[in-house]
Amino acid sequence: MPFTLKPEQGWTVDADTTRYLASHVDTGDRWVLNFGPQHPATHTTLRLVLELDGERIARCTPHIGYLHSGFEKLAEHLDYNQYVAIASRMNYLSPIANDICWHHAVEKLFGIDITPRCKVLRTIMAEVARIQDHLLCVGAAGLDLNAFTGFIYAFNVREKTYDLYDFISGQRYHPDWTRVGGAMQDLPDEEMFKTLVRKLIDEEVPAALRDLETLLNRNRIFMDRTRGVGLLTHDECVAWSITGPIARASGVKRDVRKDEPYLCYADNWDGQGAEAVTFQVPICTDGDTYARYLVRLEEIRQSCSIVRQLIGRIPAGPLDVFADAKVTKPRKTDVYGSIEGLIQHFELVMSNRGWKPPVAECYGANETANGELGFFIVSDGGPRAWRAKCRPPSFINYQTIAKMCEGHLLSDIVACIGSLNVVAAELDR
Amino acid sequence: MPDTPPVNILDHPTLKVVRDAFPGKRLRATEFRGQSTLIVEPADLHEVLAFLRNDPRCGYNFLSDVAGIDYLNYPAATIGRFAVVYNLACHARDDRFFVKVFLNPSLPTDGNADDPALCVDSACDLWPGAEWPEREVFDMFGIRFRNHPDLRRVLLWEDYPAHPLRKDYPLRGRGEREQYRVVDRASQ
Repeated sequence: MPFTLKPEQGWTVDADTTRYLASHVDTGDRWVLNFGPQHPATHTTLRLVLELDGERIARCTPHIGYLHSGFEKLAEHLDYNQYVAIASRMNYLSPIANDICWHHAVEKLFGIDITPRCKVLRTIMAEVARIQDHLLCVGAAGLDLNAFTGFIYAFNVREKTYDLYDFISGQRYHPDWTRVGGAMQDLPDEEMFKTLVRKLIDEEVPAALRDLETLLNRNRIFMDRTRGVGLLTHDECVAWSITGPIARASGVKRDVRKDEPYLCYADNWDGQGAEAVTFQVPICTDGDTYARYLVRLEEIRQSCSIVRQLIGRIPAGPLDVFADAKVTKPRKTDVYGSIEGLIQHFELVMSNRGWKPPVAECYGANETANGELGFFIVSDGGPRAWRAKCRPPSFINYQTIAKMCEGHLLSDIVACIGSLNVVAAELDR
Repeated sequence: MPDTPPVNILDHPTLKVVRDAFPGKRLRATEFRGQSTLIVEPADLHEVLAFLRNDPRCGYNFLSDVAGIDYLNYPAATIGRFAVVYNLACHARDDRFFVKVFLNPSLPTDGNADDPALCVDSACDLWPGAEWPEREVFDMFGIRFRNHPDLRRVLLWEDYPAHPLRKDYPLRGRGEREQYRVVDRASQ
């Protein structure tokens, strides 16, 4: 069983996947190679069983699940605030984006409209997360193709985004920052936060982008290894449910921020007619690994521009929705300092009390760095979700890996995997 | 926080189109927070999905996700024990639409028995991207998909003895981890 390929009967690989084989002479001498799950180029724990003809991939069968830890089962046993710690761990590249998406879906279920201050801060952090995620992806794209320097350029700046998480939440890696109707705490020091963010988007990220582009964009080796590799057409992307930069690199005009706007991407986000943030959605039509790299670089620029529009106008006022909504936990000063705060705290944390959402089901989605991340929440009216189905972009995007690799050389697999930017924790949950 | 759900307004234009196209079929619909769900009979699922994808008035060209749900002991009344929800999107109109089927098991659900009642037609021929999400529903709930190209477990190993997201499966498992067969060099 450990080396089984896909069953022979059933799905036959269509002609599109084998178009790279046009000039290849099939020797008929096939051998099977097991790639992963423990291999540096698989990023985490991906396993591919490859049937090779010489060095060319005749068939590729992905096996996943090595990191499966039952997150969706846990979602049914943890309340709407506790699960943010698990949702965050689905994505170790940009965890705060998952926090924001989880509570976006929960608040949609509850019918909560969060405060303008919270919307702005969440939008800023979601864009910082996008920068953080794309930096890893473009850096690792170089790393997988032996350009180690590019990886260091990108990682150097990612470190600064961790400092920002540390500052707002006290945790560097998994901030678990959002809560139902707000966040775990307000900014410890707003001026300091602005200074850190401005330094990141005005100095550090642009400098790293310049370095990366100088190193890779016109690099002969990088272009030869990435152009024309892992092609996906527009129609294939739509048919295979692909979202995010991978779809946009193939010319799919789709971005949840534009098409189903939320937070500050929607007009009138502050209730007083504020306009949505302006940004461009980069589209490429080549659909190869190089196009995905370019789309991600441009998205980093656009994210910087979004943050720049918002950082100067963080609204004053409360971060959490008002106390009479009875959905946010009161601050510790209120819990220890007033009877109302103490009562509300216990109303939410006691096992026989807690939230009372409507008995219904709803789907909330955000555009994260890898594509559309959504949670389909079924509620039974209690403080825990009855079912919280995650729509993980990595999982859905990764189904095409076989299609992308087949017909290519063995060494092109790492370029394909790198361009998909698969997060195994989200893939396997 | 509203304790009662808002009034359901079933005015999604697709609902009317589907009702007119399938006059003899039993169709139900629900709405919550602007999201409309069409509930169809399991036998009609594939036909309705194909219509939603191919009819120009619907044009749901994108399958976002497939979700399985187990309603064992759910407080509200449901038509069946299990449900499968197809989450469709139309790129041209930026519109989302949900199609749901309910299924009732005919065999005990604590193992991984092949229950003929828990079976629906696969949507892989309409949206190839349904392949892995449907495998996940099969893996976690034991709902089988007819005409699926490659229906194997996707996250758990192939001889796993249960379908763990069913509500009658305990959170901490049934000792699969502790009793897992250990293979060492001596026993080979």
